[in-house]
Amino acid sequence: MASNKLRIVHYINQFFGGIGGEDKADIGPFAKEGTVGPGMALAAATAECAEVVGTVVCGDSYFNENLEKATAEVLERVKAFQPDIVVTGPAFNAGRYGMAAGAVAKAVTEHLGVPVVSGMYPENPGVELYRKYAFIVETGNSAAAMRAAVPAMAVVIKKLAAGKQPLPGPDYMPRGLRKNFFASERGAKRAVNLLVKRLRGDHFSTEYPMPVFDRVEPNQAIKDLTRAKVAFVTSGGIVPKGNPDRIEASSASKFGKYSLADLTDFNPDNSQTAHGGYDPVYANQDADRVVPLDAARELEKEGVIGKIHDYWYATVGNGTSVANARKFAAAIAEDLRQYDVDAVVLTST
Amino acid sequence: MVKEIERAGFPVVHMCTVVPISLTVGANRIVPTVAIPYPLGNPALGPAEEKSLRRRLLTKALAALQTEVEGQTVFEK
Repeated sequence: MASNKLRIVHYINQFFGGIGGEDKADIGPFAKEGTVGPGMALAAATAECAEVVGTVVCGDSYFNENLEKATAEVLERVKAFQPDIVVTGPAFNAGRYGMAAGAVAKAVTEHLGVPVVSGMYPENPGVELYRKYAFIVETGNSAAAMRAAVPAMAVVIKKLAAGKQPLPGPDYMPRGLRKNFFASERGAKRAVNLLVKRLRGDHFSTEYPMPVFDRVEPNQAIKDLTRAKVAFVTSGGIVPKGNPDRIEASSASKFGKYSLADLTDFNPDNSQTAHGGYDPVYANQDADRVVPLDAARELEKEGVIGKIHDYWYATVGNGTSVANARKFAAAIAEDLRQYDVDAVVLTST
Repeated sequence: MVKEIERAGFPVVHMCTVVPISLTVGANRIVPTVAIPYPLGNPALGPAEEKSLRRRLLTKALAALQTEVEGQTVFEK
C-alpha cells in the first residue's frame, strides 16, 4: 500500500452492503476490509489520492432504533481501520439511512477528528440534523443518482487530500459553521457600504446570515377528552386492503381518506400497508401496530375518549417531498375542520 | 405533516420511533414508540399483551394531548 494515500473508511447500510432490503434492516453493524457495493466506484474515483481500506455496514432500522449503542458500535469498527477520512452513504432521500450516515459523521467528528464526506438529497432529515458534521454533497433523491453522486463526493475528497478547502455551495451543502478571516476593510466601512447598497436598491447580502427555524407554536391542550373528537392520521401507509387509491410505496403523490365507521379492529382482510420503506410484514398482519384502532375503540367504549373521528387519513412518508407532505396536511386539516375534530394522533413508522 | 396540521389549529401528538426526526420536522408533542415497522405493537408478545402495550402507548399520547406544552416536548417512555 502506498503510504501517501489517504485511508478512507466507508459507512453504508444493509441494502448497499448487499445484505438485503427492509427484511434485513435490523441487522447490527459489521466491518469488512476493502470495498463493498458503492465503495468500488468510490475507490475508482479517488484512486489517485486515496484507498478505501475498510467498510462498515449496519441495518437502517437497527441503527435508528438503537441510536447510541449503534453509533458506538459503528464508531469502534470505523476507528479500527485508522481512517484519514470517513465517507458515509450516499444516502439520497432515504430518511433512516441519512440519519445513520449523519450520526456516524457526528461521532467521527467528535471522537476521531477526521473529516467526513457524505451525500444526501437536500430534504433528507439527516441534512438538517447533521450538516455541521460532514461535507454533505447534494445528490438526487434515489439510488439512480449514484452515478452523479460518487464523482461529486470524489471532488470533495480530492480537495481534502490536496489540503484544499472544498467550497460551500458548489461542492457541498453549507454546514453553518463560521470561520475567522481577515477582511480587507474594517467593519464600520463595510457596514456603511452595505447600507449605501441597500439605499440604492443594489444587490446586497448580509455577512451574518441568521439560521431559519420554522416552528409552530403548540396548540392548547384538550380540556375534556371524554367529550373530544380524536382523529388518526398516519404516514405509515395504512390503507384498506388492496390499496384502492394506489398510494405509491415511495414518493407518494397523494393521501387517502378512509371510513372507520364500521371498523373496530384492523386485520389482514381489511387493511395493509402501502409503505415501501420498512418491512411490511408486521403491519400487514395487524395494522393496529401502526394505527392503534383496537385500543382506541376500547377507550372510546369506556368513555375515556369522546369519539373517534369516522375517517382515518393515510399517506406514505417514504421519500415524500416536503412540498407534498405540506399539501396533504393542509387538505387533511381542512377536512378535519369540517368534521369538528378536536385533536389528532399522527403515527409514523 | 405534524407541523402543518398543528399550524392549522389542531393539537397533534406525534407517535414515532425515531424521535430526532420528529424533533427536526417540528412536532410539539412527541411520544416515542416501539420500533420502525411496528411503532404500536410487538410481534414477540402474545395478542393480549400486545394490545395492552398499544393501549398504554395510546393512553400516554392522549395524556400528552391533555398537557399544555411550551415548546417541543418528548413524553418519555
